[in-house]
Amino acid sequence: MSDLNLFSVLILSALIVFFLSQKKAKNWQTSAGSERVHSLPVYYGYFGSIWTVIPALFVFAFWSFFSTNVISTMVVGQFVELQALDKSSLSLALNEIYLMSDASIVPSLSDNTIKAQAANLFMQYSQYSAIFKSITVLAIAALGFILTYWRITPTTKARNSVENIVVYALLSCAVIAILTTAGIIFSVLLESIEFFKTIPVSDFLFGTHWSPQIALREDQAGSSGAFGAVPLFWGTIFISLIAIIIAGPLGLISAIYLSEYASKRVRSIVKPVLEILAGVPTVVYGFFAALTIGPLVRDFGYWLREMGVNLDIQILANLTVSTESALAAGLVMGMMIVPFILSLSDDVIAAVPDSMRDGSTAMGATKSETVWKVIIPAALPGIVGGFLLAISRAIGETMIVLMAAGVASNLTANPMNSVTTVTTQIVTLLTGDQEFDSVKTLAAFALGLGLFITTLVLNIIALHVVRRYREQYE
Amino acid sequence: MRKGTDVELLQNLGDTVGKPLIDGDSRMSCSKVDVFYNNNNQAIFDISVDLGKNEILAMIGPSGCGKSTLLRCLNRMNDTIEGCKVEGEITLDGIDVYSKNIDPVLLRSNVGMVFQKPNPFPKSIYDNVAYGPRLHGLARNGAELDDLVEESLIKSGLWKETKDRLNKPGTGLSGGQQQRLCIARTIAVKPEVILMDEPTSALDPIATATIEELMYELKSSYTIAVVTHSMQQAARISDRTAYFHLGRLVEVNETNKVFTNPEHELTENYITGRFG
Repeated sequence: MSDLNLFSVLILSALIVFFLSQKKAKNWQTSAGSERVHSLPVYYGYFGSIWTVIPALFVFAFWSFFSTNVISTMVVGQFVELQALDKSSLSLALNEIYLMSDASIVPSLSDNTIKAQAANLFMQYSQYSAIFKSITVLAIAALGFILTYWRITPTTKARNSVENIVVYALLSCAVIAILTTAGIIFSVLLESIEFFKTIPVSDFLFGTHWSPQIALREDQAGSSGAFGAVPLFWGTIFISLIAIIIAGPLGLISAIYLSEYASKRVRSIVKPVLEILAGVPTVVYGFFAALTIGPLVRDFGYWLREMGVNLDIQILANLTVSTESALAAGLVMGMMIVPFILSLSDDVIAAVPDSMRDGSTAMGATKSETVWKVIIPAALPGIVGGFLLAISRAIGETMIVLMAAGVASNLTANPMNSVTTVTTQIVTLLTGDQEFDSVKTLAAFALGLGLFITTLVLNIIALHVVRRYREQYE
Repeated sequence: MRKGTDVELLQNLGDTVGKPLIDGDSRMSCSKVDVFYNNNNQAIFDISVDLGKNEILAMIGPSGCGKSTLLRCLNRMNDTIEGCKVEGEITLDGIDVYSKNIDPVLLRSNVGMVFQKPNPFPKSIYDNVAYGPRLHGLARNGAELDDLVEESLIKSGLWKETKDRLNKPGTGLSGGQQQRLCIARTIAVKPEVILMDEPTSALDPIATATIEELMYELKSSYTIAVVTHSMQQAARISDRTAYFHLGRLVEVNETNKVFTNPEHELTENYITGRFG
């Protein structure tokens, strides 16, 4: 029986058992003179179907997960030739065997190698496994049904059991989310350790030259590659800084206007518009940055340089100007996070109790005095928290910088020059035709780890600050 | 005394009985004040009443009778409510506070307000008291400001408890202390009138007694109007008592008279607990 069929049968039997158990419970209720039934019939229904299906599903999942490995081991055990292979060639050979055994590929008759024989054996074992799996799963389902259906009595605490199971179901969902995160961190960490075996941590953290090109030939110039991450982290911080300088005041001041001054009508128009802005995909911002803002910034840079030449200002005259620039990326990224800062600031400003406003107004303060002297100080921790969350979003942003800031790693403070960021480099390192065990790809994981730690620290600080703020009025 | 059933009395609510207006100089004076919320929702009907110098006027009445609304008209706090319209005349020292050339911000520094729930700013005790003087430039230098803060805290009876912790947050004080801090904050800007909107309803009896004593002391320098739900409080502290009912001012009289021999039956019903 195929997995899909088996699954459908399980679901169908769950439904049937539900109605059967419910019916049984209803009969207790109607039979006169019987003792009080503990739970509503529907709970007996849930109770029955849960104990019929859940254990069977566990076995189903467990079997499906491990069967390929078990069968492979059994197949390899049959062939001395396969046992002789080393680890990586064995996994290659096994992959071929899986492909050949797949029913969609008809093995050619002439192919009578070890692998073909192994594939045949594999196919055979898989069929047995599927049959045994179906039998086992259905048997467990039947057992579960028998054990619950015949044993439920009016005193069975079905309602409480179902409640317990619901708690476990919720818990397991939460655990899945945590495990996934842990898994990602773990894999990034492992690959990073692999990377740091080749490149010393100090070179990575403090090196100022980033050039991950690995030579194709031994004698090629710069064959070793350079993995100093300082220019990348600098680029990230530089662009995020520009973004927050743009977005911080803009977002905060709009939030003050919207929450303190704007009439209901203005608010009802402006807020949805800003939410639309928050919904624009970053790639759209990216091409806006690359095609519109980038050239504008470049022209402005040329103009500055000309001014420098005319007025004999050395710094301006020697300005490096590029179409892909930190400024263009930062400006557009700033626009991107404005709605983010605005809505967070708006929330914390609205959370300042009206009694503060009344108190200040009654002291003879004007509206703007009230805003700047009472409301903003009161909301400040929340606003700072919002800023930090916005910064960690800016740090993780990829598309805009990839399209507008370039991929050249420059350690520069000139916003007209192109810089590159951690995220951009991860993209360029991992896309295209890459070897997956080269230092170059491993470097991406090390960068990812660095980025992850940076944003994690920022988020922890932000959440801490926001939480402290929330407690202030309680 | 006007007699009749409550329904009849409500239908025949006429002019205010007793002595709403005083003979000598009044500090504040309301004359034929109507207040509307959202155009047609009238909250206050034709109220005329005076606030004398150095007196405490207690405003009592069931919830929703308009006493808080009237109080908030006196320093134009109602301006901050959208759709609120005030008609009639309210004067402070003979000047119409609703006339166009009156700045509500300046008015509020002359007519201070203390709220039902203590609302110290999330700043230090010192900064809370210094808030008003700083806004209005009442102190020329730091030493003067220090003196002003000390004076206000002494007047509000909070100095002894807080002189060693002036830089601690005002929100860390107890409820009664917070309310006295709010009073200190209010008197620091040297107002003529202090409006109190149920200033002790969030406090325990001991803190309430402290605040009441304080109000009694403040009477020598300020005119105080206090809204209260506690008739004992009104009887204890006020010189005159005003009874409000459904947006109308039913009776104003010497406090003693209101609580022993009210002129209007509605007042009697209310103070004896027979009402509503």
